[in-house]
Amino acid sequence: MSFWFFCVCVIMLAVIGVYCLLYTYSLMRALIGIEILIKAVTLLIIAVGYFSQHLALAQSLVITLIVMEVVIMVVAAGIVLGLHHYQKDLDIRKLRELKG
Amino acid sequence: MRLGNLEIEIIIALFLVLTALWTVMARSLLRAAIGLALTSAMLTVMMYKLNAPLAAVFELSVCSGLISVIFITTISLTQPLTWAEIYEHERERLSRFRPLPFIILLLGLFFWLVKVDLALPTVVAEKVTDVRVVLWSLRQLDLVGQIICLLAGAFGVTILFKAWRGK
Repeated sequence: MSFWFFCVCVIMLAVIGVYCLLYTYSLMRALIGIEILIKAVTLLIIAVGYFSQHLALAQSLVITLIVMEVVIMVVAAGIVLGLHHYQKDLDIRKLRELKG
Repeated sequence: MRLGNLEIEIIIALFLVLTALWTVMARSLLRAAIGLALTSAMLTVMMYKLNAPLAAVFELSVCSGLISVIFITTISLTQPLTWAEIYEHERERLSRFRPLPFIILLLGLFFWLVKVDLALPTVVAEKVTDVRVVLWSLRQLDLVGQIICLLAGAFGVTILFKAWRGK
């Protein structure tokens, strides 16, 4: 398989993630969109490592990325829970408290 | 490995994109969380095929396991929509997401046919092939960053829930 094949996969995954982020009104689905974007980045790093023959470095970066991903998701889930506690809703159209 | 005329990577990539699509378009949030776990599992298989077993194990255990648990716990704690409400909102939501499979299909076909030849330069620097040496010896600062990030996350969640209890 060529490197371009993996690039096409990454582009498709990234478009799915961005589309989900743009067209959803649910905070949880927005988090899922971010997750899919991170999956695209992970695949890109591994593919670049494989084709440039620096797979050890790529794996090391991916492990760091996964740790960051978990922390981001845990904090985001905490914020979602907090928002739900105050607003009783996760629809972003109803979250207008910070409207400036 | 070849299955007839198809290489196994093409099938895995197809499943990866399909599971990601299903995740985004799934009716209930719980199904979306399960779809995300499946996407991670597919990515794990792809990583394994690309000779990255350590990152694949991390992806499977952390992203497919731990993050799914976090999502499902959050969904169960936030009392998502009932099935009646889901059906009520379904048409409006699907109308927003209906173009997505066609966009993905067209993009995939377009970029597949364009076939840009990206020549990745192989860095001439000292090449280390053992991921343990890279992680523990060459990129120690990454580990410090990970520890700081984990601590920041732990404190962040603690402060979030402390403020919640205080109210």
